[in-house]
Amino acid sequence: MSHQDVVKSQSQLLQKEMISRNYDRITSGESKVSSTFVPGNLNELLMCFDIANNLPEINAIQNAMRKKSGEMIASAERSGHSEDVCTYVKADIGMMEKGNIAPNGKPFPNPDMLLLSYTGCFTFLKWFELLREQYRCPTVMLHVPYAADGKPTQNMRDYIVKQLKEEVIPLMEQVSGIKFDIDRLREYLRKSALAEDDLVWMLEQSKRKPSPIDCYFGGVYYMGPIFTAFRGTDEAIDYYKMLRAEIEQRIELGLGAQTPEGEMPEEKYRLVVEGPPNWTSFREFWKMFYEMGAVVVASSYTKVGGVYDYDNFRHDPEHPLESLADYCLGVYTNRNLPTRVDMLARNVKEYEADGLLINSIKSCNSFSAGQLVMMREVEKLTGKPGAFIETDLVDPRYFSAANVKNRLESYFQMIDQKRRAGA
Amino acid sequence: MRSKSVKEIVDFCQEIFEDISFSKARQWKAAQPGRKVIGYMPVYVPREIIHAAGMLPLGVLGGGADMEVIHGDAYYQSYICRIPRSTIELAITGKLDFVDGMMFPSICDVIRNLSGIWQIMFKDKYVRYFDTPQNFKDEVGGVFYGNELRELKAGLEKLAGREITAAQINRSIAVYNENRAWVNKVYDYRAETPWNAPAAEVYLLMRAGMVLPVEEHTRLMKEYLLAAGAEQRPMRDNCRVTLIGTFCEQPPLNLIKSLEMAGCYIVDDDSMLVTRWLLEDVPSDGDPIENLSHAFLHHSAETAAKYEPNLEEKGNYMLESIRKRGADGVIFAAPSFCDPALLDQPMMVQRLEKAGIPYITMQYAENSGQMQPIREQAGTFADSIKLWSAS
Ligand code: SF4
Ligand code: SF4
Repeated sequence: MSHQDVVKSQSQLLQKEMISRNYDRITSGESKVSSTFVPGNLNELLMCFDIANNLPEINAIQNAMRKKSGEMIASAERSGHSEDVCTYVKADIGMMEKGNIAPNGKPFPNPDMLLLSYTGCFTFLKWFELLREQYRCPTVMLHVPYAADGKPTQNMRDYIVKQLKEEVIPLMEQVSGIKFDIDRLREYLRKSALAEDDLVWMLEQSKRKPSPIDCYFGGVYYMGPIFTAFRGTDEAIDYYKMLRAEIEQRIELGLGAQTPEGEMPEEKYRLVVEGPPNWTSFREFWKMFYEMGAVVVASSYTKVGGVYDYDNFRHDPEHPLESLADYCLGVYTNRNLPTRVDMLARNVKEYEADGLLINSIKSCNSFSAGQLVMMREVEKLTGKPGAFIETDLVDPRYFSAANVKNRLESYFQMIDQKRRAGA
Repeated sequence: MRSKSVKEIVDFCQEIFEDISFSKARQWKAAQPGRKVIGYMPVYVPREIIHAAGMLPLGVLGGGADMEVIHGDAYYQSYICRIPRSTIELAITGKLDFVDGMMFPSICDVIRNLSGIWQIMFKDKYVRYFDTPQNFKDEVGGVFYGNELRELKAGLEKLAGREITAAQINRSIAVYNENRAWVNKVYDYRAETPWNAPAAEVYLLMRAGMVLPVEEHTRLMKEYLLAAGAEQRPMRDNCRVTLIGTFCEQPPLNLIKSLEMAGCYIVDDDSMLVTRWLLEDVPSDGDPIENLSHAFLHHSAETAAKYEPNLEEKGNYMLESIRKRGADGVIFAAPSFCDPALLDQPMMVQRLEKAGIPYITMQYAENSGQMQPIREQAGTFADSIKLWSAS
């Protein structure tokens, strides 16, 4: 199926347009630009200073989906980066080496600041130190402590708020020349919370049978605006409203999940997925699922830029900086393993899934280290079988379609057997 | 009393090193009822507070080169470094059963997530993920860290069933100041006369410090320096290198030996940084928590896991160590799949290139067996340095 024939809904078209508008803004030279990460992304704060938000992870994904990341990674490896490290970093560095061209074909300007929001991943630190070498621009560290005992402490929260007040905000003021206005932040946070309400509504619709959405492959699109440069905007509110209306309509019509090739014919398997997807063969990967009748009803990857359902967090205009702190502390990869296990096990139960599938990513220690133990724990807690596949984010060398397909087929057979045994 | 020979001391350390059941620590614990042992992983934990609680801090650095990992592979994928799988292996085979608690410092996502595995698998043990600040201002990172230290203290008090007083911590600070001073003397001595203090010996001496009570380790270092000074060993025509990247998963002892055999005296390294993380004496009076916090913020070593806020300062710690110890070059030896070490390396390399300091890079796992390529690489490096300095 060519790109032209891919079935896209209104909300998908809107989302595509939003993302390209953000790239146009970044490359226009008219706004100050900050680079930052998806987890712990302080979009509302950047908006208070009219600073455009550039997310290198998203750039790496865009390049992977356009089949460009392989050569970028190769370029970074040629210039001295190890084969063993996170490929997002190498895709980003390779992109720089290849002229730093944005997906809209225009060159990225050098960022005016690097917002090193150190949330849920230690590699972020090295990544932005590497970028700082290149850009030599102001860099600010926002250290988000790990919620190691399951719940953030007051000390952690205070520490983040203090860093926001004494490090992050002053630098943003200096870079932008705009004075911080906390009421402006409150207004954005209020908007964030509105969009977040619809987002959570959306996530929960996959409890239905059939699920009207796919919460992994489809989910990454649905999460796009709120995980990137749009949280806190009216556009995000409109987007999630539109998405909600579309899903409501699907429910009314009794439709299952939407795929790039149209409606999913039959929902045979319901899965919870842990770990990011593979991006270099995203379509092929997705196709393996819908062709076998598998829909993903919940995934941890759709929590990587913020967890809104598990403990009902919303950005809170009454406590603006504290709520940014809580947001950062709560992102999925900043939570300890027992909490991650609990989230996944609850998902399996509440979404009546057939089991947990882990897509373990070679690049990503933050997600991957410990996943085998997590799988066994979730199996124990739910009585449902788990399965484990291994791919990479943006390095095409580590996607073996045959292996993944085999593994999935035997997993689905195992589920069938279990069903027969239980029937 | 007859003083000990180098061989006796090194043999003693070697035995501790090879003993993956940690008999010495077990004996310490068994000697008195109620004693407790707290394991810790790299890079840094404030051992002073554990010591002040009357407990033994035990450095857990993986299973080493010879331990067979049978279960560990069911816990970790092939693309994750080896230290967590061999550490899990130690735990599930009962080698750590006497350990009452484990501390996991904030060094990387692997060690971080290992803390969660411990929470899941060893529910009856004290587990502390130990976060250190990446902000180094007293009123920001300092306040956070002070509170983290107080939380650690409270946790250990609960485990000990008694209060840990300021006076006790201050006494422990003094004990560790002395230990650190002797560690530094050993390092200085090795840098001055590397033929008399081979890297493998110094390594074993420091490894003993991961297991022995600190007072005993300090005595051992004193004895070693005395014994080493009394024995003159032949000086070889080796070059002098700093070894960087070994701060977490340990290189096999054979790798260290191979480097020296190939012609590279190791005059500095970043292994077991906990022994010399704090760069100055910590005051042993006043508020010990504040003093420990201050020392961390303003006088602590650099490593890949610690943020350097100032671009211009990045790498200076390494350059200063090269200068101070008189190294001719650097060997970057990083554990395979180690994001912190491997991603830091290009930045360090760039600074060496600017300063015209030669370097080589290699990767290892704690159980790497094949040393021939490493010997060849190090030998060529040593030759090129000699050639370069002769010209
Ligand atoms: S290690 Fe994982 S979370 Fe961190 S930058 Fe890489 S992919 Fe992202
Ligand atoms: S060797 Fe590196 S990646 Fe592995 S646990 Fe240690 S610091 Fe982390």
